[in-house]
Parts: sequence; C-alpha cells; structure tokens
Amino acid sequence: MIPISWYLTLSAALFSIGLFGVLTRRNAIAILLGIELMLNAVNVNLAAFWRYGDVNQITGQIFAIIVFAVAAAEVAVGLALVISVYRKKNTVIAEEIDLMKW
Amino acid sequence: MNNEWLFVAFFIVIGALVPIAAISVAWLVSPKKSNPIKQSTYECGIETVGESWVQFKAQYYIFALVFLVFDVETVFLFPWAVKIGQLGLFAVVEGIIFIGILIAGLVYTWRKGMLEWS
Amino acid sequence: MMSFSDFTTILPLVVLTAWACVLLLVDLLIPRNRKGITALFSALGLALTLGLTIAQLGRQGSGFNDMVVLDGFSVFVNALLLVSGLLGVALAYGYVKRMGLERGEYYTLLLFSVAGMMLMAQAADLIVVFLALELLSIPLYILAAFARPKVESEEAGLKYFLLGAFSAGFVVYGIALVYGATGTTALSGIVAAIPSSSTLMLTIGAALILVGLGFKIAAVPFHMWTPDVYQGAPSAVTAFMAAGAKVAGFSALLRIFATAFPSLGSSMSDVLWALAALTMIVGNLIAISQSDIKRLLAYSSIAHAGYILMAFVPFGNPDVRAVSVAAGLFYLVSYAITNFGAWGVVIALEKAEGRGLALDDYAGLGRKYPALAAAMTIFMLSLIGLPPTLGLVGKFYLFRAVIAGGYVGLAVIGVLTSLISAYYYLRVVVIMYMREGEPTTTSEPYLNMTTAFAALVTVIVSLVPAPLFAWASSAVLKLF
Repeated sequence: MIPISWYLTLSAALFSIGLFGVLTRRNAIAILLGIELMLNAVNVNLAAFWRYGDVNQITGQIFAIIVFAVAAAEVAVGLALVISVYRKKNTVIAEEIDLMKW
Repeated sequence: MNNEWLFVAFFIVIGALVPIAAISVAWLVSPKKSNPIKQSTYECGIETVGESWVQFKAQYYIFALVFLVFDVETVFLFPWAVKIGQLGLFAVVEGIIFIGILIAGLVYTWRKGMLEWS
Repeated sequence: MMSFSDFTTILPLVVLTAWACVLLLVDLLIPRNRKGITALFSALGLALTLGLTIAQLGRQGSGFNDMVVLDGFSVFVNALLLVSGLLGVALAYGYVKRMGLERGEYYTLLLFSVAGMMLMAQAADLIVVFLALELLSIPLYILAAFARPKVESEEAGLKYFLLGAFSAGFVVYGIALVYGATGTTALSGIVAAIPSSSTLMLTIGAALILVGLGFKIAAVPFHMWTPDVYQGAPSAVTAFMAAGAKVAGFSALLRIFATAFPSLGSSMSDVLWALAALTMIVGNLIAISQSDIKRLLAYSSIAHAGYILMAFVPFGNPDVRAVSVAAGLFYLVSYAITNFGAWGVVIALEKAEGRGLALDDYAGLGRKYPALAAAMTIFMLSLIGLPPTLGLVGKFYLFRAVIAGGYVGLAVIGVLTSLISAYYYLRVVVIMYMREGEPTTTSEPYLNMTTAFAALVTVIVSLVPAPLFAWASSAVLKLF
C-alpha cells in the first residue's frame, strides 16, 4: 500500500497552493477558488487518516462530508456577496473594490 | 508492486494509442475537399450570433446558488436512506426534521420569488 | 444509540433554532412596513431560550455520543450570548428602520448566529466546533453586508467573508491534523490519546487551530480585517459582532486548549504570551490615531482581545488556570456589556449616509445631552479600566490571575497599554465636555433602554462584583 505520507504531502501541497492563491490573486472569485482548494486539501487528509487509522471509526468520512456541505453553504453566501458587489461596481477585482484600506 | 504499476502504464499507453490511431486513420483515408461551410465552427443547433463572451442574467446565478445548496444537502440523506430500516424510529424522525428544514428553506426561496424566471 | 434525552442537553439551542426557522417563514406573512413585529418575535425567542438556559443551571450532562456537553461553563457562556443577542436586537430595532434597511431576515440571521455561538459553547467534539464556527460566521457575513446597496457595507461583508472562510480553512486543516495524530475528534478522546501520538503533528494542528480562531477573535497579527469590517458594517451589527463573535471564539479556544491540549501548555504558553502582548500593544497604539468612532472602537476591540487572551496564557498550569479562566470569563462579560453601551451611544449619534461618526461630531454632547454623555463617559472609563466601572474589576481579576501564574511581564504590559488607551478614550470624553458643538441625536425607546441598562450594569456590578465572579469561578470548575 502507498505510505500515508504521500497523501499528507499531496494534501499539504494542495493547501499551500490554495493559500498561495488566496494571498496573491486579486480577483475575488479566484480568492474563493483558493479557499475551496484549502478546504478540499483537508478532505484529502481526512480520508487518508480514516483509511490508515481505525477503519471502523468513520469519523474521518463523516467529517469530510460535513466539511464540503458547509463549504457549499459558505460559497453560496460568498458568491451572492460577490454578485451583489459586482452589480454595484462592475468589478470583482479585490483591489478595485477597496474603498477602505485593506 | 511492479505488476500493479505495469498495469497502469499499459493502460496509459493503450489509452493514448487508440485515439491517435483513430485520428490518423481518419486523416489518411478521408478525401480532402474543403469549402467554407466545412471550415466553420461546428455547433449543434443554430449559428451563434454576436460574441459568446456575454454576461449571463443574474437570475441564473441565483438559481445556481439555490441549486448548489439543496444539491449538497442531499448527501446527508443518502446514508440515512440506505440504512433507514436498521436505524429505528428516532433516526427516521431526525431525517424527517432534516427534510422539514430543507423544505422550510425551499418555501422561503419560493415565497421570495426566487424560483420565478422574470 | 441516541435518544430523546440527548435533546435535553441542548434544549435551549434546539428551541432557538426551531424558533429561527419558523420565524423565517412567519416573517414572509408580515407586511414590509411592520418588520418590528419580527424583531419582537425574535426577542421573545431569545428571552424564552434565556429562561431555558437559566433553568439548566447546575446540571451536567453530555449528549449525541459526547458530541455536545452541558456544564456550568456552557450555561454561563450561553446566558451571556443570549443577553448579547437581546441587546443586539434592541440596538437594531430602531436603527434598521431609520437607516432604511429594515428587512425581517436581519433578526432571523441574528438568531441563527446566536445559535451557532451557543453550539460553540457546548461543543465537545472538534467536528461540532467547526460546524458551530460556520453557523455563527455565515449569518454574520450576510449581516455585515446588510446595508446594501451601500458600498462600504457590501465590501465589509465580502472582506469579512473572504477572511472568515480563509481562517476556517486553517481551523479545519488543524482539526484534521489533530484527528490524524490522535485518531479521534472528541475532546475527551484527544486527551486520552495524546501520550501515544505524534507530538509534531499535534502541535502543528493546535497551532493552525489557534491561527484560525485568532482571525475570529481579531488577535494581532490576524486583525487586518477588523477595522474595515467594523466600520463598514451597520453599527448595530458591529456591536453584536464585537461582543458575540468574541465570546464564542474565546469559549472555543478555552474548550479546545484547556480541555484537550493541557499537555501542550508549556510550548503554547509562550506563543499565547506573544499573541496577547502583541495584540494589546498594536491595538492600543493604532487606536490613538483614529478619528472615526467606529474605527476607534474596532481597534479598542482588538486591544481587548489581547487582554482576554492574557487569561489563557497559564492554561497549562493546573494551579492557576481555573482562576485565570474565570477571570477571563468575567472580563468577557464586562467587555460585552460595555461594548453594547458604547455602540448604543454611537448609534444614537449616527445619521444616514455615515455622518455623525467622526469624533468631532461628539463635541458639545456633554452640555446638550448630559445623560448620553454621562453614559459614554462610563463606557470609556470601563474600557480603560478606571473606577467606578466593571472594566476596572475585570482588569483587576485578570492581572491578579496572570501575576499569580508567574507572568508579571505580561501584566506590566497590560497595565502600560491600559495607560496608553486612557489617552484616546479620555479624548472622547474631553471632546464631549470641553468642546463647543451642536450635536443631534436620535432618541428611540429600545436604544435608550439598552444604553441605560449597560451603564447601570457597568456601575452596579462593579460595586458588588463578587457574585458574578463566584458564578464564573464555579462555571469553570468542572472544565478541567
């Protein structure tokens, strides 16, 4: 079987890519994508920890489901906010949205 | 270990070869007669008019958002539905409460007029 | 297997959530110009839940396979959260009408957010912590953007959302690592599994959870969003956010670190020490240069996050952690009440289109509206920590506990930064009484009641603080 460290490395890489995206992108939608990547990195972790731990304890699986269900609710709110700002200002670029200092 | 990976490599090679072969054969045997209609972009249905980078109606996004939420919530209903026979009355009531909350959300969206395409 | 007795452990929470769901639908039947009815219904729901919570006093228990607990701590924090919710509704009642943002969803969202905060106080499993964090945050994102189409408010909502979701990513990654290290997400299971688990993974996990919750409670260096969001969001929302989100964030920190990671105390204390010191210093120093009352209170809120963080520094030390955490709880109460009072005054002076928020707009308040100015003076004194106010008592208990824990340096920083803060808080008082001006205020019954209530509590409880501190002490007794 593939050692668990591979999954952890994959997850850490995904998380870091998402983090990088959030910190460098200026487009609100792209920032949102980065955040989603971070959350899904967590799901990779959870699934791996479940598989390599006590398989009969399905905490990891349940948690992964809860994470993406909650993430969907969060994204729905976030996209609604982005649309609402877009309608008003015709931009999704975070820097142009800024009236106040960041 | 080796065998498993060879198996994967085998599939990758075959998977790449089949479409390459199909496209090359088509290119070799097909007659090459060109005309403007053949050169135009293929789309099923009528020809496109204007730019394809148009803005969708905002109403579409609201539909999508509402769909997204309800779609993902059903993931909790699957395990419940599969094991409903073994879970007993308590879990059945809990599932019904869950569905009740979803329906409350649906009624709210409906009464707010979000389900109408206007 | 679960049974209906599980529901009794979270009965107030269930009632509040059901109330909020029904209110969401009932609100559809209430005509647009009479949304005050929704406000009264939501206040009724909060009051009912508060009654049920108080009825749980002294009871112990856990439910849903130890996912949630009911103990003295949860009752204390829930009562504080529900009072915050009631004050939040009272502040909003006239404000949303006056600012033209009266929509019934305001109150429903507020109820959902309070429900999330209460779940946080009762969480005994990291999954529930995450769920509660999102349940309290998502309504707050919407509330922050509630003054749309006002650009500042929409931006505040978007900014709060992006940073909130970002921080949730940290929390959940940290939780996943802790789960990997210990094989469980139950707080009690984690304590049991710690001796045989990977310290590195556990420490990284705990650190990531700390970063994520640090964003929520606005600790430096995770505070960048706070001033903008607090300024852009409608004032009534900010008041609720500053008190409620802080209380919930700290109760999560407390539950997770004090009950699950006491063995990390030695390594985490230094980090918490640095966070607390940095938060107090940066928050108070930047507040000096603010000329907008909302931004001033935002930085003040950051600074107070630092003071409350002080209470968590000795969490690994079994001798002092109980008294120190009790002091932290007491301080949370004093901050929440004072905060609502101060925002009540801000709301009384705020006009449409964001006017009436500069410090200069407070000139002449002392002569023209002596009662309001006196109340604001009490709140400012309480935020500094001067007598005769709750802030003084809170700081006294806090510094005493921290010194008992052997962190004299931190206490010195706390006292010094309080002295610095006196400069900008007293400047508000000086402007109110010493400068000439023609301020105009709005007088609304519920708003006045809130401000008066906060002022009275701030003064009276400071004269007899012992019962409240005794309650806080007994609340944390069963935690460890």
